[in-house]
Amino acid sequence: MSPGSDGRSADTRGELNRPRETLLAITDYRLAFDSFDGTAQVLDGVSLQLAAGETLGIVGETGCGKSVLARSLLRLNPAPPARVVSGSIQFEGTDILTLSEREMRRLRGRRIAMVFQDPVSYLNPLLAIGPQMTDALRGQHAAAREAQPSRAEARARAAALLASVGLAEPERLLASHPHQLSGGMRQRVLIAMALAGNPALLVADEPTTALDVTVQAQVLALIAGLVRDRGLALLLISHDLGVIAASCARVAVMYAGTIVEEAATATLLRGPRHPYAQGLLAAVPDLDRPDHRPRGIAGSIPNLLRPPPGCRFHPRCALATERCRVEKPLLRQVAPGHNVACHHA
Amino acid sequence: MNLTFLFDRVMVAYVARRLALAGVMLFGLVCLTFVIANVAPSDPAALAAGPDAGHSQIEQARREYGLDKPLPEQFLRYVGDLAQGEFGRSVATGRSVGRDLARYFPATLELCLVAMSIGLLVGIPLGMLSALFKDRWLDHLTRIFAVSGIALPPFWFGLLLQLGFATWLGWLPTSGRLGVATEPPEPITGMLLLDSLLRGDPALFAESAGYIILPAVVLSLPCLASILRVNRSEMVECLRADYITAARAHGTVPWRLVAVHALKNAMLPTLAIIGLRWGWMMSSTVLVETVFDWPGTGLYAVSSAIAGDFKPVMGVTLIVGLNFMLANLVVDLLYGALDPRLRDA
Ligand SMILES: Nc1ncnc2c1ncn2[C@@H]1O[C@H](COP(=O)(O)OP(=O)(O)OP(=O)(O)O)[C@@H](O)[C@H]1O
Ligand code: SF4
Ligand SMILES: [Mg+2]
Repeated sequence: MSPGSDGRSADTRGELNRPRETLLAITDYRLAFDSFDGTAQVLDGVSLQLAAGETLGIVGETGCGKSVLARSLLRLNPAPPARVVSGSIQFEGTDILTLSEREMRRLRGRRIAMVFQDPVSYLNPLLAIGPQMTDALRGQHAAAREAQPSRAEARARAAALLASVGLAEPERLLASHPHQLSGGMRQRVLIAMALAGNPALLVADEPTTALDVTVQAQVLALIAGLVRDRGLALLLISHDLGVIAASCARVAVMYAGTIVEEAATATLLRGPRHPYAQGLLAAVPDLDRPDHRPRGIAGSIPNLLRPPPGCRFHPRCALATERCRVEKPLLRQVAPGHNVACHHA
Repeated sequence: MNLTFLFDRVMVAYVARRLALAGVMLFGLVCLTFVIANVAPSDPAALAAGPDAGHSQIEQARREYGLDKPLPEQFLRYVGDLAQGEFGRSVATGRSVGRDLARYFPATLELCLVAMSIGLLVGIPLGMLSALFKDRWLDHLTRIFAVSGIALPPFWFGLLLQLGFATWLGWLPTSGRLGVATEPPEPITGMLLLDSLLRGDPALFAESAGYIILPAVVLSLPCLASILRVNRSEMVECLRADYITAARAHGTVPWRLVAVHALKNAMLPTLAIIGLRWGWMMSSTVLVETVFDWPGTGLYAVSSAIAGDFKPVMGVTLIVGLNFMLANLVVDLLYGALDPRLRDA
């Protein structure tokens, strides 16, 4: 099957299962990083759909390309070294890979917004919260060629945004610097910034990984509430299936730059089909069955400079056959709304 | 830049600590100059008495200058005099060293200020541009420029400029501070550019600018080169930083990302090199002042040292050392102004 036909079948699937209009459609997206040592094929034919207001989780081991995929949606991977090899990312009907940088700026913050993993390094240590927020707000107006709000107006809006994510004393916060805030507050500030332009899609890349456990739950609840109240579509990236299960209706499992399985969260948790997804689930400790010891997946993620041919998982797969070593399995539907990329699933 | 923090209680303690440290360093410096003067091989009394003086005349000079007293007593007198702004007398000319310094120091200060302005105004923007166009032709060009700026001997470069702009093109004067026909104005600050502005004398300003430009360019070159290189590499780092990715994702306009968000962070290490370079610059004006016959402290110190006259050398050493300390202090305070984390530390 050619990548193109895979994209078409994905579209029909979307129409069948989702009444809402498609917001984001990634089709056979390949991204490589050129370096002195060679070319790392980091994303290898990713295909995904997301409808307006839908929540999708992406789970996978470290280094499998989750963050690179997330950054791709805002075209934030530095190019060079990043290089788009093929594919398209349709957002609201336009392929963002064909947009100019100026056109792309109109999407950033306004249509697609992003929340990052580590709120310490993603806030500028030398600037107060106020100017960081108003710069973003004013920049969004500039990109859309609208009249810029005055600094005072922008500041008032920033204060309102801070209040809307549950931060007390927003006026004082605007004058504070990042190091004066706790981790949870910083993440709330980043979420407030992401909401500044009223986006349609929120991309959250491990938004709770760097936080204390108690704060994690609060931040997740905040995101879930925003998604519900504002009808945001959410792409939530995590290596923690528990986090995704709590906030996402659908989940995609990623391995070494490809989506290997995608299904409704409940379906996937009950019956994963792809051997890697099965391994991932087996690695999660089950609180109901303390005698059941979690098992990790043997081996480690392949070197993306020289990825294994055929199925990228075959060196670690117990079910691998000769076919797996030569032919790359494509994502196919095994049940309505349940797609797996495996020759033997 | 926000300087209100200077009145903060924490900051007052910080400044007080810095000032105390500066005081200790100042005392060390005073001791050092005293030791230098006393280990020097020449006999200041013999010098003061003149070449034809007999034994008794030399002894008389020794008593006159207090050189017959025990060293600790001489030292106390030296410190006491310094405290009153009295640097002693030149034994060669009999003139007050303090008055000589008041005449020569403004010339050197003016030269250094102009040279540093060139270093900052050219070095920082070029550093930023080189970082933005990393590994492109502009970056290669500034790299070659910076390496030659550090490697070229200043007297050689100075002679070259004199040859080009003064002798061949005849655009600029070869040496000195003002033409022989021009009556130097009654000094206000002793810096001709500033005095001519204060007196509202544009012709004088233009003339002294013509005289200062070549020596200032030569003096600025190593400083400019290192500011450029440090600023470039810091900018390269800062432009890659997570907070820049985030600000970009939120919609901040590119020029503010570069000129505010990244530059502010890049300025921290750049500030350190600026302070260091300012200290070095003032202690290394000798060559430039010699080549361009610039009547400053460098020339004064060298001609005195050649004559074996150590009071002026001690005076200049003190001034240069004081300048180093002041530069340190200013850099520390600017750090505080730039980095809120230091203020709260
Ligand atoms: N700017 C870059 N230049 C070169 N390689 C990169 C760059 N960014 C990412 N990569 C490579 O892309 C691969 C995927 O990285 P990515 O950060 O997306 O992983 P991840 O799934 O988010 O992992 P984690 O769970 O640790 O965040 C890695 O091998 C990484 O080295
Ligand atoms: S395609 Fe083959 S190697 Fe890959 S996961 Fe399926 S069975 Fe394993
Ligand atoms: Mg990541």
